[in-house]
Amino acid sequence: MSWWPVVALCASAYALKALGLVLGERLDREVSERWSLQVVVVPVLTALIVIQTFSTGRHYALDARAPALAVAAVLVWRKAPFVLIAVAAASTAALLRVVS
Amino acid sequence: MYSGDPIVRNALSIGVATGVYAVSFGVLSVAAGFSVVQTCVMSLVCFTGASQLTFASVIGAGGGIAGALPPALLLAGRNTLYAFSLRGVLGGTASKRALRAQVVVDETTAMAHAQPTLAAKRRAFDLTAVCLFTAWNLGTLVGALAGRGLGNPRDYGLDAMFPAVFLALLAPQLRGRDAVRAALAGALIALALVTITPAGVPIIASALGAVPVLLVAGRKRKAVRR
Repeated sequence: MSWWPVVALCASAYALKALGLVLGERLDREVSERWSLQVVVVPVLTALIVIQTFSTGRHYALDARAPALAVAAVLVWRKAPFVLIAVAAASTAALLRVVS
Repeated sequence: MYSGDPIVRNALSIGVATGVYAVSFGVLSVAAGFSVVQTCVMSLVCFTGASQLTFASVIGAGGGIAGALPPALLLAGRNTLYAFSLRGVLGGTASKRALRAQVVVDETTAMAHAQPTLAAKRRAFDLTAVCLFTAWNLGTLVGALAGRGLGNPRDYGLDAMFPAVFLALLAPQLRGRDAVRAALAGALIALALVTITPAGVPIIASALGAVPVLLVAGRKRKAVRR
């Protein structure tokens, strides 16, 4: 296979990251001190969780990932260690798939 | 490494899970017609998991570069938002900032923002980046060399592990009514768009959930100035 697809993907992926860095530095002074730009990440991470759990491609999905997230939510609420949360979620999904 | 440090421990566990996904990228990419070297260069230089997987699968399905690049870039577009939000964290000289920009992805951003202080954010960002970069590239190499027959990450429930990890990293940021509102708005925007837009768009568009909070904060600051 030609190298062009590889070069195109790599260059544009980096350009997107660098663009955010440059924009963030430009807009730094325009944003209030109380709310740093960090607030932008809150809805984006929430969307990432929701999409990774409740969709497959462009379809809604309700499968073993949902109960796994519910288990994780309880553990997060109970302030369980990070590794336990990760392992519990993965095991919940894996076990449910074996059973069903 | 001192495993009693929670940042190190968390970064290592994220690395392990990511490594398994990298193996499946390596397998997929070679199956799509890329050489082992090309596959490894993609992981080293592109370093954007979801985009690489999409790119390789579209090319593998005969989509060509014109079909593969747009969906891959839509998925990479959230890194622009991440780098934007990390502007204080990606400190250092111009060359260091340029290097750190390369490792701005879901995991490094979430780990950085979950920490309370700027110093801890930087440390979490850098440590997660090192673990993630190492695991992603080693995993890619293993997958590219080994080919099929290594099993599916889904069988180990790893697809369910990532949302759980991001939830754990998001939780400390959900202090106050504004943050919770922004989170709910983001979730609703993403769910509303998932069936009607290409993959990647719902996640980028969810950033609009933060706009009301930023506008209110801007207005308050103006009022203080007067």
